[in-house]
Amino acid sequence: MNRIAALVVCTVLSCLSPSLLDAGIEETVSPQSADVAVPLPQIDAAHTTWMLVSSALVLMMTAPGLALFYGGLVRKKNILGVMMQCIFLMGVMSVVWALWGFSLAFGTDVLGGFVGGNDYFLMDGLLMQLYEGEPAAPVWGETGVPAMIFMVFQGMFFIITPALICGAYAERMKFSSMVLFSVLWGTVVYCPLAHWVWSDNGWLFTGKYEAYDFAGGTVVHISSGVSALLCAILLGPRIGFGSEPMPPHNLTYTCIGTALLWVGWFGFNAGSAVGANSAAANAFVATHLAAAAGVVAWAGMEWLTRGKPSVLGACSGAVAGLVCITPACGVVNPLSGILLGLSAGVFCFYACTTLKSKFGYDDSLDAFGVHGMGGALGALLTGVFASSSVGGAGVSGLMDGNVDQFLNQVISVVAATVWALVGSLVLLKVVDAMLGLRVSEDQEIQGLDLSQHGEEGYIFL
Amino acid sequence: MKKLEAIIRHFKLEDVKNGLSEAGIQGMTVSEVRGFGRQKGHKETYRGAEYTVDFLPKVKIEVVVADDLVEKVVEIITNSARTGQIGDGKIFITALADVIRIRTGETGADAI
Repeated sequence: MNRIAALVVCTVLSCLSPSLLDAGIEETVSPQSADVAVPLPQIDAAHTTWMLVSSALVLMMTAPGLALFYGGLVRKKNILGVMMQCIFLMGVMSVVWALWGFSLAFGTDVLGGFVGGNDYFLMDGLLMQLYEGEPAAPVWGETGVPAMIFMVFQGMFFIITPALICGAYAERMKFSSMVLFSVLWGTVVYCPLAHWVWSDNGWLFTGKYEAYDFAGGTVVHISSGVSALLCAILLGPRIGFGSEPMPPHNLTYTCIGTALLWVGWFGFNAGSAVGANSAAANAFVATHLAAAAGVVAWAGMEWLTRGKPSVLGACSGAVAGLVCITPACGVVNPLSGILLGLSAGVFCFYACTTLKSKFGYDDSLDAFGVHGMGGALGALLTGVFASSSVGGAGVSGLMDGNVDQFLNQVISVVAATVWALVGSLVLLKVVDAMLGLRVSEDQEIQGLDLSQHGEEGYIFL
Repeated sequence: MKKLEAIIRHFKLEDVKNGLSEAGIQGMTVSEVRGFGRQKGHKETYRGAEYTVDFLPKVKIEVVVADDLVEKVVEIITNSARTGQIGDGKIFITALADVIRIRTGETGADAI
């Protein structure tokens, strides 16, 4: 029976597909030949397919990726607290992005290019509409990709960036304050920064201070990393930090989360090419090799200095490599990607061990050590290894003797750092005054699962 | 009647269970426990943070037997759980006031 059914389906499909193909060609050709006033948008099927997949991959990075990565690192009384932070941000940040965030980041300049305008408020101009009676989705610029897919792809970045900060205030931040802070932070810190770095005439995207940030080294990782450090300092350490043992409660989760992040990152970086093209291919391979080199470097450092390579070290190394290649993968080749991954593995290893213990801040899950430091290293190394064979004519870095480009990368790191620090400082003070930042001592000891959500992650029975 | 609580190594559980079953012991309760005795703990390192783990994982077996079987059961457990290294565990024996089988209400030796 099954074989007959399969045969029928195949026959029907083979009959249908040529006609579908014809219809497709007709559709793309007709506006030109028919000379209509409003031509149907020219949607490129290959680019659009890749962007649909990429958007889904990037969403997967926040949950289950980051949710499991962070979830495994906390104590078991706080696992739902961390997972809820990730899953709730997937909810609230998506809505914020669709209603006003995207417009602030990618709208036309207002306030002298400080931020985007209200062109796309409430998804205005992004949604399907009638073209001479035909419903179709408008295309984003020259990409051949529906504008709403570009919007939703960028929205996935808007979700994961505040979710990364969760690593710094894990196990002690009040849930309501976390939500308010994230919404404000996304609107006030992320959107302007994304506008500077990625909008068509952002001051860091083009012109005198043009800096290369292909997929979000500054916008996502530096901004979240330094904000995370500030959160860790302002909230103060967890009760018992330094005196009580706080080992990760389930590194198997962290391992699974790492693997999901790694895979999701292909969408994050190769998707940032906004098309199925050479740039996407280069970004994909460079991303993969940087993660791979990161694993070897971090675990290798542990092996050399402590005698044993740890699972958490290998996982951390992968993420450090991925963070570091993020700004670079559009302008450096995969061989440089290996160098970036190795550097990130070693550098972030010291940031998370030596640096943290020297200054004593409780960046609980090393959001600053991995994303802040790894992001800054990546942005700078992008200015070292940038190559015209990947980035196109005029693209070069310190290796080619282009000092100006390296200085522009420095400027972009400083700009993102200062902006995120100032913005986060103000917002944290505002939220503190309105709601308070930390849960009470009793609630912290009880754990966030019960005190914030009235649930437990692990139930006997 | 006596209750024997034996703290043993994880990987010896199967041997102990088989030994007791062969001797006709019809039931036991097993739980995963943590604790320490003379065996030292170990160090764990997570991103540079070192923790000394004092409470080592062990398995606890609880068996209830008639008085005349105690000696035999102790022999079976010690023989099958022994490696000769520190950390093989201990057996605690306590007198038991009564046993009740919930289904039938039987008590004492009949309920074991």
